[in-house]
Order: sequence, then structure tokens, then C-alpha cells
Amino acid sequence: MIAMSTRHILLGLLAGGPSHGYDLKRRHDERFPQARPLAYGQVYTTLQRLVRDGLAEIDGTDSDGGPERTLYRSTDEGAKELLGWTGEITPPAPFVTNEIFAKVVCTILASADPADYLASQRTAHMARMRELTAVKTAPGTDLATVLSADYALNHLDADLRWMTTTAARLGTLTAEVHTA
Amino acid sequence: MRSTERTVPVLTAEGLTKTHGRTEALRGASVELRAGEILAVSGASGSGKSTLLHCLAGITRPDGGSVVYAGQRLDTLPEKRLSELRRTEFGVLFQFGQLIPELTALDNVALPLMLAGISRGAAHVRAYEWLERFGVRGQSELRPGEMSGGQAQRVALARALVTEPKVVFADEPTGALDSLASEDVMTALTHTVREAGTAVLLITHDAQVAAYADREVELRDGTVLVPSDAQAMEVVR
Repeated sequence: MIAMSTRHILLGLLAGGPSHGYDLKRRHDERFPQARPLAYGQVYTTLQRLVRDGLAEIDGTDSDGGPERTLYRSTDEGAKELLGWTGEITPPAPFVTNEIFAKVVCTILASADPADYLASQRTAHMARMRELTAVKTAPGTDLATVLSADYALNHLDADLRWMTTTAARLGTLTAEVHTA
Repeated sequence: MRSTERTVPVLTAEGLTKTHGRTEALRGASVELRAGEILAVSGASGSGKSTLLHCLAGITRPDGGSVVYAGQRLDTLPEKRLSELRRTEFGVLFQFGQLIPELTALDNVALPLMLAGISRGAAHVRAYEWLERFGVRGQSELRPGEMSGGQAQRVALARALVTEPKVVFADEPTGALDSLASEDVMTALTHTVREAGTAVLLITHDAQVAAYADREVELRDGTVLVPSDAQAMEVVR
């Protein structure tokens, strides 16, 4: 299981080309407004770990009239790691939309099409909803179990509606991500 | 029903096409309903879901393609035989029940039996049993306009199942109901058909309703997409 982490998001942001830590932090906070803003220290620590693990490498420096900044770029291994993460189905559980959204955006940043991922994620959600429905409609099920299943079903349903709308708007989102 | 029996197709449609005026409702839709399964057909408004159901149930003839039920082609079957088949082998449940407003709940449920040649008395006895089963026996003398939406839909469910059909076609059966009434109707429907081994084609745009089904296919732009769920199952199981 590949967990959602800052490293995948940074690899997604690096998919479009070399960038330095300050710029990555700024783009992250703009691109994922629902997420907690990244701390500079976290960005630099994560970049160093990506370099250590061979997923990113230093691509020179850029001063642009100000202080000198180290540029980082993704390696082939980094691109492969990103592809693995964006294609992996998120376990269907309540409140997973943010991770699905992050995968959709990172897939677009890596110039790939997230439609297949969204379709597979929908199938996983439906399979989980079928299990929960079977649990709550089994003869003799107590009300607490029914209500607990209902809670999960309603949240998964909300995710599904969001995925359906997003799938229908992928063209616009792709254009927006690429022009931002 | 044993799981192996669930793989036997009971109704098969291949390459269905249907045009309404200038609109191509179906563009080569293929789908297979297996014995004893509940198959959900989902899709956006205007994707051709209801047209597909009408073609499979023999209500509408497709312009092209084939529909095979129990070894016979429905799309070329003479109208008289098709009508008999619909009456005896198929049950249909629509969004708004489509009960006859002038008849009581009891007479609405007894009607398909009487059309099949069963006496009024015997038909009423069986109709009472089905109303009882779905918790609406107390409404047997009421007309559809005098019942709540949920009660009327339970009566419609009794009418769809009273002839003990082999296949039930349900078109947005809970579309007009609130979530609790919807849950009651879906639970009653699924328990009954699973017990009897009846196959159900369930048209719905509601994921929570589709989750009562064994399998789901999506209709998009008049063609059927079957999801590949190998990876999804790995996560869920």
C-alpha cells in the first residue's frame, strides 16, 4: 500500500519540470487549497529524502536576481513512483475525496488521463457499497449496525457524486491545471 | 440459488440500436442478465437506460440487434405471443408505480392474475398474501391516490411479483421516494427475488440503490460499459 504523502504531491508538482522549494510550496498551497499549507521545512526535508531515494535530483541553481536557490527535478524512478501512486485505488472509506482529488490533479500534471483511474475508483466504491448494503439488510441486523452502515454509505455516495461530476469536467480541469 | 447457476444467461441483448426521431437512444448496446442475479444499469439522464429496459422487456422493438429470452428472439416475436410472455414471465415496476387509479390496491394486484385466467376469488386470495408480505394489507381497499408514495410503490411491487415472474424489470423504482421508503422498497424487492431466484434488471441513477444489485453496468451514449473491477476487488476484499 502506497500511502498519501507530501513526497507524492511534490513528485506530481515536479512532473511538469524542474522547480525549487519555495516555488513548490507556493504551487502546492494554490493547487490544493483544502489541504493544510506546507511548511518550508517540510518541503526541503522531503526534497532531500526524494534525492536520497533516487526519486529526484538536483538540477543546478537559479538565483533570478535574488538568493541562490537549488532546483530539483524528478528522475525516471520518481516518475514511476508517481504513476504507481496516481493509479492506485484509494481504499473506499469516508472522507477520501481529498486524496482522490490529489491523484486526479497529479495525473494531469504528469500529462496523463485520470479517466481510467476515476472509473476504477468508482468500481471500488460500488463494491464497498454493495458490502455495506448486504450488511445492513441482512435479517436481524441491529439498528446501530444499520445506522453505522448508512453513515458510511452516504459518505461513499457523496464521493461517487463528486467523481461523476469531476469525470464530466476533466477537459476543463486539465486545461486549467496546464495553464496555471 | 447456487453461485454456478448465476452464470447462466436468462436474457441476452446484442448490438441494440434504437432511434427516437433524430435521437439515437441506443447505439449497439449489449448486455446479459444472468439467472437469479440483480443487475443494475446506471447512467446519466438521457443515456438510454429506459429505452434499453423497454427493448429487453419486449415493450419496444429495437431498430437493430437482437434480444433473446429463454432461447427465443423477442425482437421478432409476434405481438400476441410477446404480450402473453410479458404477462406470464415478466414483471415490471416503474418509478411512479403506474397503478390503475380507479382500482383498489387489492384489485390492482389481482389484475395480472385475472388477465391470466385465474378467477376473481382466487386472484384476491393471492393478492392479499402479497399485500401482506409487503406490509400493505391494511391498505387493500384504498385507491392509489389515498396511499403514501411508499405504500403505493409496495402495492406496485406486489403487482409486479404476484404472477411469480422469471424476470423483473424495475425502472427507477424508488425515484419518487424518500430515503427510508426507498430502503423499505429495495429491501422488500431484493429479499423476495433472492428467495425466489428471480432475475432483476434494475435501472437507476442512484448509487445507493445500485448497491443492492449483484453487479453493475453503466450505459453511456447508448452503449454499455462493463467495469473492470479486478483491482477494485483487491482493495475491498
